[in-house]
Amino acid sequence: MEPEWLDIGPVDQLPALGARTLPVRGGREIAIFHTANGQVYALANQCPHKAGPLSQGIVHDTTVTCPLHNWRISLVTGEALGEDKGCVPVIPVKIDGGRILIGRAAALAGVQ
Amino acid sequence: MTNPKPHLVVIGNGMAGCRAVEEILARDAERYRITIFGAEPRVNYNRIMLSPLLAGDKAFEDIVINDHAWYADNGIELVAGDPVVAIDRAGQTIAARSGRIERYDKLLLATGSDPFIIPVPGHDLHGVVTFRDMDDVGAMLRAASAGGDAVVIGGGLLGLEAAHGLCLRGMKVTVLHLMPTLMERQLDEAAGWLLKEELERRGQTILTGADTAEIFGQGKVEGVRLKDGREIAASLVVMAVGIRPNVKLARDAGLAIGRGVHVDDHLVTSDENILAVGECVEHQGQVYGLVAPLWEMCRSLADALVATPSGYGGSVTSTKLKVSGIDVFSAGDFSGGEGCEDIVMRDASRGIYKRVVVKGDRLIGTVLYGDTQDGAWYFDLLKKQEDVASIRDALIFGQAFASGGGASANPNAAVAAMPDDGEICGCNGVSKGKVVEAIQGGAGTLDAVRACTKASASCGSCTGLVEGLLAITLGDDYAGERAAPTVCKCTSFTHEDVRRLIIEKSLKAIPQVMQELHWTTPDGCSSCRPALNYYLLCAWPGEFVDDNQSRFVNERMHANIQKDGTYSVVPRMWGGVTNPKELRAIADVAEKYQARMVKVTGGQRLDIFGIRKEDLPAVWADLNAAGMVSGHAYAKALRTVKTCVGSEWCRFGTQDSTGLGIRIEQMTWGSFMPHKFKIAVSGCPRNCAEASIKDIGVICVDSGYELSIGGNGGIKLRGTDFLCKVATEQEALDHCAAFIQLYREEARYLDRTAPWVERVGIDYIRQRIVEDDVGREALRARFLYSQSFMQDDPWAKRAAGEDWKLHQHLAEIRPAPAPVARSLEVA
Repeated sequence: MEPEWLDIGPVDQLPALGARTLPVRGGREIAIFHTANGQVYALANQCPHKAGPLSQGIVHDTTVTCPLHNWRISLVTGEALGEDKGCVPVIPVKIDGGRILIGRAAALAGVQ
Repeated sequence: MTNPKPHLVVIGNGMAGCRAVEEILARDAERYRITIFGAEPRVNYNRIMLSPLLAGDKAFEDIVINDHAWYADNGIELVAGDPVVAIDRAGQTIAARSGRIERYDKLLLATGSDPFIIPVPGHDLHGVVTFRDMDDVGAMLRAASAGGDAVVIGGGLLGLEAAHGLCLRGMKVTVLHLMPTLMERQLDEAAGWLLKEELERRGQTILTGADTAEIFGQGKVEGVRLKDGREIAASLVVMAVGIRPNVKLARDAGLAIGRGVHVDDHLVTSDENILAVGECVEHQGQVYGLVAPLWEMCRSLADALVATPSGYGGSVTSTKLKVSGIDVFSAGDFSGGEGCEDIVMRDASRGIYKRVVVKGDRLIGTVLYGDTQDGAWYFDLLKKQEDVASIRDALIFGQAFASGGGASANPNAAVAAMPDDGEICGCNGVSKGKVVEAIQGGAGTLDAVRACTKASASCGSCTGLVEGLLAITLGDDYAGERAAPTVCKCTSFTHEDVRRLIIEKSLKAIPQVMQELHWTTPDGCSSCRPALNYYLLCAWPGEFVDDNQSRFVNERMHANIQKDGTYSVVPRMWGGVTNPKELRAIADVAEKYQARMVKVTGGQRLDIFGIRKEDLPAVWADLNAAGMVSGHAYAKALRTVKTCVGSEWCRFGTQDSTGLGIRIEQMTWGSFMPHKFKIAVSGCPRNCAEASIKDIGVICVDSGYELSIGGNGGIKLRGTDFLCKVATEQEALDHCAAFIQLYREEARYLDRTAPWVERVGIDYIRQRIVEDDVGREALRARFLYSQSFMQDDPWAKRAAGEDWKLHQHLAEIRPAPAPVARSLEVA
């Protein structure tokens, strides 16, 4: 049976209040976010607006502001906040023993 | 001689094991014969009181829960100091280290948890201890009696309590914490910052963002080295980075385990004769490290075992820090998110920060610092999921106010009822009568009241009262308009207020500004964070440590992001002049990193497009090697000084415009400003460098240099205003420096010079820069002082490895044939 979770590294490799990227060969790149409270979230690294790299935005609370046109995207739901409409896929992620585990099925969604 | 009663064997003589036994005895004292095995050679004591023990507030006798008499009176056999080493489930026996075998009918695992040791080199040196039991406290007390330096690794609850105790015992303590704020699981950034300030005030050194590389020493600890190279001397190192459920016995016995021993709602493991309780269990995916859930588990366990099963439904936890004189409380979820609303109250003069998080009329989380007396009330509302809609507006003021009718009262009623001599503004001693008088005298806005009475102009905590008086006094005429815009929705203060108060109150960190100026959000927003970062950097050059996470992407990455997520790179070409060596390096970089375009910019630079973020440090290293530094084409800073060829080549040129441009650029590069800043120097009035649409334009004439300011060629075309004419190149440089510093100190963040000059008027600028010789010289001196810290090539630092995490992927997933994640960890 294939594992449900993929270990992608230790949580201390994430900058505080920042994000890092996780390319998926043949699939879409994932952005892994770290909030002020130490929580970790994962979204497809593409703003629903013009596909801006969300991993490069300012992380604030549980929101990331897209670096291209300042859309605010919820890290929890992937939904655009405020007046903007759109949604980016959320990938389940959890921390276990200091390691970041990412949901395998969601991470590989769309892989050719 | 056999005992007919079934035999209950408890592994673990700690808080959970003994409490479970107490609960069982309370329900049916005769049901079981009980034997308790403990690894420690002593009776059951209150582990959470180890902190007061270390601090000297308590002695061991004070923290004993059950003395020998209790075991004897209840017919319990205590086997202390002989840990259980194996469980034989088929034979229903356990084996202790001494070889003793004991048969059980019911077995209770209460093995607790083990401290987590980070496996850095030197973690096993003599002098490295954890903070878990009496022996650890003994080791710490022995070390403390010799005095000296101690390092505590871990700025969570346990680590801070250890640090506090060691500090009281006379050691010089440094706390190393990996995360940017203390107790980040329990506290938000604002409260974590207040806590850090207070602990530092008490003499501890707190290093956040501190990643331990190794513990060094010959045979025993001599110090700790961080990954950034810093070394901290220490004769004692306390590891308090966290705990892990102790599941060894359960795993060896083949019980179902996850992070902890799996149990059902009656605390029964995958073996019906084995129960488990406390920190070693995992219930519905949750593992607990606090005492309250443990008590709840023990009740459910006893109910199921000897009375009517009640079922354990999981626990909601709250946290209190046991450091005397510091009141910290947190509970529930305060990570924000969809539909959550923060209510924040700050009182800087009393050192108070309170935050409650409400979602759909329910309280879901709270963080309290400095005043925790309502903690229990909030926790109760949270656990019971009570509807707080009716008391929402009064919630933050606490139970006494919210329940005392404060919630239903008209928000302005309290201030209306105040006597005229009642004090509105404590900072500036302004009475209600004075404020009302000012309003009746024509001060119809908050800004006007602040200007003429100073009420609410210092810390801002009485802003609501002043606005209430405006509403009462002016009635429908008051619409809440402001004369100047506030920084953002997080504050009632304008940019000018904030900048003035940063200096007046000597505020030197973003969380400090937010606390002292009563920000209404816990950690600001993407508008105010970059603004505050700039204001602090401008006010305290050389002192303020830049906050990278309060910078927009381009300034964080030192390159310009493009629509496809790649970056463009612009090396500095002083005055727009280059040479074959630089051009060759740019050509090489363009080929080596497959740049898709090289473009000449409007500011006379070459822009290399399509560079991936991973390649940026290598690109910069190559450009640095050819002598080029960052062109800051990405920054709210001096961008370019554009020049024409001037008197050296041009038949019309009157002065060395190229040389002056280069000298201006060498003086001004690297200076962060409210917005981007462009300069041009033309060699004659034909103005080939287009100086009349720049922030500063210099036009050379036979008799000297004409300086003009405030031009803009962007969305709104604006020609410069003439400032003055000077005779020498040095005067031209001095005026440029002074004007830039005036703009840096007085404009609002994200104001270009054009709207700023229009707002304050060219006459004001002339008065400051042209007429006031002493003032101009002071501005120039402040600019050059600031520049002595700013002119440090950010590319060189990145090329040398600083902040490498910003450029490299965390890992990479290669799906075929079987998916694996390849970790890209770098030590």
